[in-house]
Amino acid sequence: MAFGQSFVGDVKHKSFFLFILPSMAAMVLFIALPILSVLVQSVFAPHEQVIVEVKNCGPFGCTESTMIDQEATEKLRAEQPLGRFVGAEIYMNRGHLAFGEIGQAWSASEGLGDFVSRVLNLPFYGALAFTLTYTAVVTPLAIAFGFVIAIAVNSLPRLFRGPMIFFSLLPMIVTPLIGALILFWMIDARGILGSAIQSIAGDPNLSLKASTPLTWIMLMVYGIWSSAPFAFVVYYAGLQTVPQDTLESAMIDGATRWERIRYVVLPHLLPLTTFMALIKIMDNFRVFEPIVSFSAAAHAQSLSYFIFQDLGGETRLLSSAAATSVLTIAGVAILLSPVLVRNWRDFNRMRA
Amino acid sequence: MAAAASTRMSPPARTALWGFVLLWFVIAAFPFAWTVWGSFKVEGDFFSKADWTFALTGTLTQIETGGAFTGDGYYGAWVQEEFWKATLNTAIMVVCVVAISLTFGTLGGYALSRSTYRYAFWLLIAALLFRAMPPIALISGYLLPFYQWNLWGHLPTAIIVLVAINQPFTLWMLTSFFRNIPKDLDESAMVDGCTRFQAFRHVIIPVMWPGVITTGLFSLLLAYNDFAVTAMLLSKENQTMVPKIASFLGTTQTKGNIMFAVAAVVSTTAPIFLLVMFFQRQIVSGLTAGAVKG
Repeated sequence: MAFGQSFVGDVKHKSFFLFILPSMAAMVLFIALPILSVLVQSVFAPHEQVIVEVKNCGPFGCTESTMIDQEATEKLRAEQPLGRFVGAEIYMNRGHLAFGEIGQAWSASEGLGDFVSRVLNLPFYGALAFTLTYTAVVTPLAIAFGFVIAIAVNSLPRLFRGPMIFFSLLPMIVTPLIGALILFWMIDARGILGSAIQSIAGDPNLSLKASTPLTWIMLMVYGIWSSAPFAFVVYYAGLQTVPQDTLESAMIDGATRWERIRYVVLPHLLPLTTFMALIKIMDNFRVFEPIVSFSAAAHAQSLSYFIFQDLGGETRLLSSAAATSVLTIAGVAILLSPVLVRNWRDFNRMRA
Repeated sequence: MAAAASTRMSPPARTALWGFVLLWFVIAAFPFAWTVWGSFKVEGDFFSKADWTFALTGTLTQIETGGAFTGDGYYGAWVQEEFWKATLNTAIMVVCVVAISLTFGTLGGYALSRSTYRYAFWLLIAALLFRAMPPIALISGYLLPFYQWNLWGHLPTAIIVLVAINQPFTLWMLTSFFRNIPKDLDESAMVDGCTRFQAFRHVIIPVMWPGVITTGLFSLLLAYNDFAVTAMLLSKENQTMVPKIASFLGTTQTKGNIMFAVAAVVSTTAPIFLLVMFFQRQIVSGLTAGAVKG
């Protein structure tokens, strides 16, 4: 490009901002500000009721009693809707980081196992444990399962591949709440899978819903069922671009099918795997709907469900939900930090 | 070549792979088929205490309704529980979310794809971070201000929130689509005297539709499938389909009414089924767009 025109390719600052403005405004107003809003809310607690002392004087002398001053309470709440400033108190309480309880558990527990089980009984740590376990189990298994499906579908005659892709997409595309419900109804003690499992186990009263480990397994099975298709589709597309001459020379050199997969196909697909792992980790970390569908809250809670529970119900515990939200967002940031560093390096290399 | 490879495969390996495909087919498709079938039965058959084959033969359905199939679940859901209202709300919401998301997204994505400044990079990274935020964590930030300003419960509120939550993904996808449109196209228009916006309007818009349709499909699915936002931000009369189904579970789990939920679930899945059928190629290309380029 000649001098003087060298900026044509780049959007000038002013038009760039005009173009990006609507999108930016939406993200700032409804993503960035809410993050600030949860930060602020998490250090405020609802006002306590205003209590006044009243003297009741009757024929037998005076008694002092306390009562709630409804009017003053309402006024205070209307004037300062955020509540009173409490600093990190909400983060420290039993429902969140619970350092006090952990300290007690440490001194009271008999061994490491006992300590861990005491900590996991605390609601926040229980939810964190489930969320991390779910992410750590479902992500690799779904990717591996998707890979095998891709290899298998790729070996089909061309005629059957389209319909197979159609059916494979369903578990992923369907509404998560609904997909989970469909599975849940089948494994209900009166559903088809539920009764099959009962007869296999030889226990007519077996209920998957009643046991914590079985509930966890069920949720993870749902997770794999619903996210394997994504891995399948990405790998299947990747398989179509495997360099054919490399494959053929490997074949001529006498490589078995397995060796071809191991030394040609897998290295070709590896970059796709990092991308997919990133997306799946983000998605699995916010696992939420299946817990609603399976009504599994008694046995398994995720961080998202924990927030949902605080927000719903009779008393909306906004401060508590906000504190959990902040902790969840911090978790997401930690999970993503390696990706950010890598992207930053790539970007600098691209510019250089 | 792929066909050649499969002919060279040893018969046991092929049998194992095809068996696996068959197994996956059953795992992926059977739950849907079973639920569609069961939605035309009474509760005693679909959830059979006595014998699971009742669901196939419809024994209790015969006794209770006189036929092997019944539309009672659908009648209960659509008429009695007014699921049609929720369907209407969903339709309005989805159309608005897709239209607004795409308008914002094409403008922003185009600008991002044509800028190599540092701030463009940081914007994309911020969008990636926003994409990772669990929506429910953001919702706890909305509730208090929305109550204060009386915005809570209305359909437009949910629409604009979903648009915002959709933006990061839309931006990423459209940016990568626009990067595939050669810069020379709009640059030559600008050399000819067009402004940036005119170049976008007359040169880019006519060629961007494949990318926009694919991105639109994903915006549509995101809005249609959302539970967190719609469940927390919509009042009962403005409920969309998914939270309505969830409320069937909570309140009407008395005998018979669980079949309302089953019928509603089938009704909600049907449009997705059609969508995948007609747009399979676009969905697959959208899923792989980010991945194949890394």
